[in-house]
Amino acid sequence: MLEVIFYGIIYGSIISLGAIGLTLVFGILRFANFFHGDLMAGGAYIAFFLITGPLAWIGLPGEPFGTTSFSIRMIIAFPVALILVAGLSVLIDRIVYKRLRQKGTSSILKAIAALGISFIIRMLIYIIWGPDQIKYFAGARRIAIHLPFQIKVRPDELIIIIIVTVLVTSLHLFLRYSRMGKAMRATADNMDLARISGINTERIIIWTWGIGGALAAAAGILYGINVALNPEMGWSFLLPLFAATILGSIGNMYGALAGGLIIGIAQQVSTLFLKPTYKPAVAFVILILILLFRPQGIFGGKQS
Amino acid sequence: MLEIKDLRKRFGGLKAVWDCSLRVEKGSITGLIGPNGAGKTTLFNLITGFYKPDSGEIIFKGESIHGMLPHNIFKKGIFRTFQITREFNKLTVLENLMIVQHPQTGENIWNTWFLFHKVKKEEMVIRKKALEVLEFVELIDHRKEYAGALSGGQKKLLELAKSMMAEPEMVLLDEPGAGVNPTLMNKLIEKIRALSKEKGMTFFLIEHDMDLVMNLCNPVIVMSEGRKLTEGSPDYIRSHEGVLEAYLGGQYGIDPQ
Amino acid sequence: MIDLQGLLSYFTHFAIMAGIYSIFCLGLNIHWGYTGLFNIGIAGFFCIGAYTSALITIPPPTGVYANYVTQVFALNLPFPFGVLGAALVCGIIAFLIGIPTLRLREDYLAIATIGIAETIRLIFHNESWIANGVRGISGIPQPLSSLVDPRNYNFIYLGIVILIMITVYILIERGIRSPWGRVLRAIREDEESASMLGKNIFAFKMQSLIFGAIVMGIGGALFAHYNKSIAPDTFTPLYGTFIIWVMLIVGGSGNSKGAILGGFVIYGLWVLPEFITRYLPVALQSRAPYIRFLIIGIVLELILRYRPRGLMGEEKHVSRLLK
Ligand SMILES: Nc1ncnc2c1ncn2[C@@H]1O[C@H](COP(=O)(O)OP(=O)(O)OP(=O)(O)O)[C@@H](O)[C@H]1O
Ligand SMILES: [Mg+2]
Repeated sequence: MLEVIFYGIIYGSIISLGAIGLTLVFGILRFANFFHGDLMAGGAYIAFFLITGPLAWIGLPGEPFGTTSFSIRMIIAFPVALILVAGLSVLIDRIVYKRLRQKGTSSILKAIAALGISFIIRMLIYIIWGPDQIKYFAGARRIAIHLPFQIKVRPDELIIIIIVTVLVTSLHLFLRYSRMGKAMRATADNMDLARISGINTERIIIWTWGIGGALAAAAGILYGINVALNPEMGWSFLLPLFAATILGSIGNMYGALAGGLIIGIAQQVSTLFLKPTYKPAVAFVILILILLFRPQGIFGGKQS
Repeated sequence: MLEIKDLRKRFGGLKAVWDCSLRVEKGSITGLIGPNGAGKTTLFNLITGFYKPDSGEIIFKGESIHGMLPHNIFKKGIFRTFQITREFNKLTVLENLMIVQHPQTGENIWNTWFLFHKVKKEEMVIRKKALEVLEFVELIDHRKEYAGALSGGQKKLLELAKSMMAEPEMVLLDEPGAGVNPTLMNKLIEKIRALSKEKGMTFFLIEHDMDLVMNLCNPVIVMSEGRKLTEGSPDYIRSHEGVLEAYLGGQYGIDPQ
Repeated sequence: MIDLQGLLSYFTHFAIMAGIYSIFCLGLNIHWGYTGLFNIGIAGFFCIGAYTSALITIPPPTGVYANYVTQVFALNLPFPFGVLGAALVCGIIAFLIGIPTLRLREDYLAIATIGIAETIRLIFHNESWIANGVRGISGIPQPLSSLVDPRNYNFIYLGIVILIMITVYILIERGIRSPWGRVLRAIREDEESASMLGKNIFAFKMQSLIFGAIVMGIGGALFAHYNKSIAPDTFTPLYGTFIIWVMLIVGGSGNSKGAILGGFVIYGLWVLPEFITRYLPVALQSRAPYIRFLIIGIVLELILRYRPRGLMGEEKHVSRLLK
């Protein structure tokens, strides 16, 4: 049981990374971003491209360190993919959402546009990399370290937890102490108020997309390292992401963090008595329960 | 007709309505005035079920309507208009009026399939009534336009037209006069008087235009900081010192002559 | 040389499929076009409709074949029972989804419908006792198939599809052009204001959700009997939901004629590249379907950007009873 919970935490921390980005976009831009999962997939595949493409061509060694999945190439590709996906998110905003905002388009039409973008990203992945599952490093490296309580853990999983902790902590510091971070929190609270108090909302929106995209890419790569890449991965993350976001109250980064962990653990525990393929359905059932009993989420004060 | 007891509503730390108690008599045209932010619109929102009160009571025709859903409050006989008009943008002006009629046979989907002729006949009657109302408020030429395309003043008229269409026992009007031209306003005032006298309808209206209030309403209730300050005939209100103070304390001064 | 016979049968096939998709569009138009309900789980209703009708009409397996299929029931009833059953079950499911979601923000409904569609697909996938799991059901009977030579059967089926499409169209138009539809459109515009006019928002939204789901269920049934075999993976978000949304938005939401037009136009756009992708390099050919979806996705973004009304948007004066 403890072991299952531990795996749930690893899986949940990946959901959390995605959900934090989603909740920031949801809170500040006020629409359900259905392509957030596909940004995760996009990040994972871009990293794969960097590793097998440019970084290989310039002759960097691809051999992973020890029994991990991290090579020199991966260490370089990881931040580069984060930056590229952040740029991609901002680009999508400039091409599509800036105009929709100016026209005062309803949040639902924005969500539909997001649905369209999600399919476009997925189709591009299918076209470029094909429908089959891909691994960053062929050959399983499943040598586990034994921890107390009979928990077996792979080095990769420890690294994943460390990376998530570092990212979440830096985001926390950023939102708490930097000027831009404070402005973002103010905007998530009340967009109109933020605008009249002189905050440059367009700049905040760019930062929001950038951070959301980068975190999504990180989540996608970590999932790719832990499991594998496939074109549908973004879609299958959508329900856990939204469940975590709503569970943790929309716009609340710490809520999304907790929500992601809860959903991850619940999904993993469910595999004790359900087929693992039912994982998305477990997220869905939790989502329905939240909507029925506490639609404002566990961290929300009043119902909006 | 309508009685409010110790009503409270706060938004966060802001006490929008606080220990407010007042009565509106049947058949009266009661005015509600007060400086900006006094809580007048919030009071209307509480009466119509738009917001849930934190505490207190709302009694309509001897029955508590506290906590009822807006559509059920409408069915009890209260209709309200909005200060910031809320028409159905992509319905035509005529449709905006026709929808007000209640109840309608054709609002049941089975009836639209199986009682088609009854629905159609009823629809003709509703249409005729709506056209008459539109004629009266001088919006007849705009009947085929989207309501969202009307000007601000015209939207106010549409709100008034809706209340004429609804013919409820009690109408809450939130600043009906803003943006409506004076000649037309006089005509509307006559109409309100007639409806009140002939049909016994009760009016409770918020207005900043003092001439209009003093001319039309009796009694007039003054609200300030979420409570009733005082109440009385227009003459009494005009000479009341506290009223002037409340207004001067607010953003707007009125000219008491 | 032009093969006239072949061309004709191709067009019949095209018209049947486009017609079935148009029925889904009509259903979605009730939800989104008229009520503003954001349903992106059409695939779920599609799937349930198809399976229900299949299980109701299929004969129990016999002989060796019986060893290879498992299903909850096989009722061997005539086609109309299948369609009615599909409609009924979809209506019930819509009702159950509506309870937790219709009082909440519209995007919650969207997320919940994605969830239900995925869950339904997973159930049919994993629980093979219901309908044979991943392998799905085949040998679904076709109505009136004994009347004609199998080679000409599609003409009959096209007739059935068109008949059902027209019936659905008339029922929708009557409802929408009546006070019922007026309330739905008012709810779409401003639901709080509608509730101040005495309209029970929840009840109307629920009726709309159920009605649209029933129409989608009928579409699913028609698909099952045309295709003769179904499997859970037929009902992916791409084929089952996304393409239908594009059809409605391109055709014009809030207009039943537009919904049908969109169904035909986008289905055409969907099959047309089939002829072109044949000439692609071999390496890309296996990925052709994705290229076609990519094109459809781009069409959606362009329409949203430059012509959100679609080809045939909502008429101005809708509350006009027929004639
Ligand atoms: N939904 C809300 N959330 C937060 N504060 C609100 C809300 N509605 C009203 N308020 C606040 O409550 C107070 C009373 O507002 P209300 O609209 O009732 O005033 P009013 O008397 O109608 O003023 P006016 O004459 O300007 O229309 C104001 O300070 C307003 O800002
Ligand atoms: Mg007001």
